[in-house]
Amino acid sequence: MTGIERTDVLVIGSGFGGAIAAYHLAAGGAKVVILERGPWLTGKDFDHDFKLGSSYTRAFDFTVGDGMSILGGNCVGGGSVVYFAAMPRAPRFVFERHGSIGRRMWPAAINRDTLDPWYDRVAESIPISQQTWSDVPYAGGLWAAACNHAGRTANPVPAAIDLSKCVNCNWMMAGCRFDAKKSLLFTYLPAAVAHGAEIRPLHEVQKIHRTSDGGYRVDYDHIDGEDYRIRGESGSIEAKIIIVAAGAGATPVILQRSEDTLGKMPRAVGRYFSGNGERLNTAILNEDKVRDVLGLTRGDGLAYEANQIGKGPVVASWDRLDGSLPEYSRFSLEQLYFPPGLGTILAQVPGMDGISWFGKDKKEILKRWRSWLIIFQMTEDDNEGVFGPPPAKGNADRLSQQMLGLGPLKYDPTPNTLRGWAEADAEVKDILERDGIAEVAAWTNDVVGAYTVHPLASCRIGDDPETSALTDGNELRGHPGIFVTDGSSVPGALTVNPAMTISALAERAIPGIVRAAQERGVDVKYGAPAPDGSTSGRRGVQDLLPTLTRG
Amino acid sequence: MTLEAFADTIVPGEKRSPDDRAVAGASHGGGAVAAGAIELLEWDATGVHDGLDWFASALNDHARAYATEHGLAPDETVPPFVALGFEHRTALVQKLTLPGHPEKPLWVSLALFSNMAYDSAAHMHTADALAAGHPGLIAMGIERPDPDGLWRFPEFSYGRKLANLHPDTTSTGSPA
Ligand SMILES: Cc1cc2nc3c(=O)[nH]c(=O)nc-3n(C[C@H](O)[C@H](O)[C@H](O)COP(=O)(O)OP(=O)(O)OC[C@H]3O[C@@H](n4cnc5c(N)ncnc54)[C@H](O)[C@@H]3O)c2cc1C
Repeated sequence: MTGIERTDVLVIGSGFGGAIAAYHLAAGGAKVVILERGPWLTGKDFDHDFKLGSSYTRAFDFTVGDGMSILGGNCVGGGSVVYFAAMPRAPRFVFERHGSIGRRMWPAAINRDTLDPWYDRVAESIPISQQTWSDVPYAGGLWAAACNHAGRTANPVPAAIDLSKCVNCNWMMAGCRFDAKKSLLFTYLPAAVAHGAEIRPLHEVQKIHRTSDGGYRVDYDHIDGEDYRIRGESGSIEAKIIIVAAGAGATPVILQRSEDTLGKMPRAVGRYFSGNGERLNTAILNEDKVRDVLGLTRGDGLAYEANQIGKGPVVASWDRLDGSLPEYSRFSLEQLYFPPGLGTILAQVPGMDGISWFGKDKKEILKRWRSWLIIFQMTEDDNEGVFGPPPAKGNADRLSQQMLGLGPLKYDPTPNTLRGWAEADAEVKDILERDGIAEVAAWTNDVVGAYTVHPLASCRIGDDPETSALTDGNELRGHPGIFVTDGSSVPGALTVNPAMTISALAERAIPGIVRAAQERGVDVKYGAPAPDGSTSGRRGVQDLLPTLTRG
Repeated sequence: MTLEAFADTIVPGEKRSPDDRAVAGASHGGGAVAAGAIELLEWDATGVHDGLDWFASALNDHARAYATEHGLAPDETVPPFVALGFEHRTALVQKLTLPGHPEKPLWVSLALFSNMAYDSAAHMHTADALAAGHPGLIAMGIERPDPDGLWRFPEFSYGRKLANLHPDTTSTGSPA
């Protein structure tokens, strides 16, 4: 009738949730198109440069909200390109959390034991290294030594990094120039393309419509490759199955904007957002104490002064990941590197009352930047984020040519969340200020609100339709054939880095999505091996399939 | 001049000449202005470039009101914000960037770019900025790249065990 383009499966976003779905559906025989709003960057495109317009801003999205700002990927591969590649599984107690609803918030079918086979599938698909102490950069070693000095344990974190290629340049957030980070550009995405999936960069989805045959139509705009404020032509694609995987800061916005064309959205779309309980502290080390109290020297006369050296977060303290502690008192503390700009503006001057994120004293602590150590807290927040009415386009009103925009998220931390942060702050102080090793101050929440690189839960799975937007098979309630597989599906804060859990949940959703596609007449099968052809993960989930494909 | 004074409030520097009024001279070494804040703000990539005239006149309006409120003697020779002493400039910018101030997002964005001029030289290639002796990057002690413009740190680890692992660590290296 019309010349409109058609496909079996349309995937919105090419991060973890989108890439995993695209790979399995393409490998199973479906025709798959992926629309990604950001550019397609590889190897040499990843600059070591803070100049606006380099990969450091091209590949990023920084959306300032009211009380919470979100930092995320904006490129083919999504967050996997700019992330720090720490890939731990979530501790057992996380799946038993009640959060703000007074009863277990995860679907009854999911706990650590039932998710482990899906974690295994991810681990087979994304090469994850277990780091030895010789792989741990100075900053991680310092954090470990301080934890040990305070009677704590500390763990090198499993990471999706080829350690033989890593040069510890700490430019991970601009994309890895040395192909050491095993992003989705090396795993699920090329495998999806090999099976015929098409990836279209610089295509930003705005809205989803229902078609008369029970399928869907998706509207998108072309985005300029350099100035993302400039939009080109618009277009539409029809599909039988829609996978929304634009990330937890964008997925609910697309669905909210589509309410007038799709029909009523479940109440939980755009509610229950969690920032993974994130909060940051900056410690400024006393170099003499690092040498004398912790006994650390680099061999070149320096004790530490190594803030710039490394590969993001490498060592975490997991002592407070203790399921016997009350909810909101459990958290992990991870050493981290954040580059200047994003990593300095919110830091406050230790020991100073009042406002100190800018000004004279702030400049003085910047002079000691080499002796900074950033500690990243992942606590249990209360899913208190709510998205207001969607902006005209995309997920934010863009201010700068790249990266910076203003979005509709509102986040007002509850006393539970504040208590978790206060306990985590106290723990960091207790460890790092012992015997004068360092002075510590938390990042301010007064400038851009709290700050997260781990947006979650804004369109979550669950058993209860009131408090979850998706079924436990990731299907959008009331909209059969629309699935959400990104971080917005995770029910709440995880107390550890989330990509491994987002990916495991996406893997777990696939059999049900394949079944739905079959029911819509798509010739597709479940059962692709890992992207490199390995099959043990597939064997591991075999017994779980019947429960996931019930009609 | 007004925007220089604003940037200098975010990251203060030393006066460029004895009669420099915009830079208050509250700190040794170059600050945001010497680091190139105005160049960065004027670049269209930031998205604030279009509003700079508005920023300057709004800031001066706020400064005029502030001076009246605090009974400060007017100085007609410079714009009202520049006429304020460093402590007063700081107090005013604190007020404008406080949660709840209706113009907060605007002043925060201006502060953000002023800060970035100093600590990341976001208007220049980083390697060039370091080679040119950029005051912020040099003061922070940022290492220089290899000759090909890329950073590599062959020496990066204390190379020994520094803590015990958590007893509940699983075989995959994750928490149990
Ligand atoms: C600096 C940084 C460091 C991090 N480090 C870690 C870490 O070490 N370990 C960890 O587990 N996690 C880490 N994370 C978090 C991790 O990257 C995210 O949790 C993860 O990428 C989320 O996956 P996702 O599938 O939900 O969405 P994303 O990976 O964010 O992918 C969503 C994609 O959708 C695209 N998109 C958005 N809107 C549209 C639209 N309208 N149309 C088309 N496409 C659209 C986006 O451009 C993006 O590519 C980090 C994040 C950042 C920013």
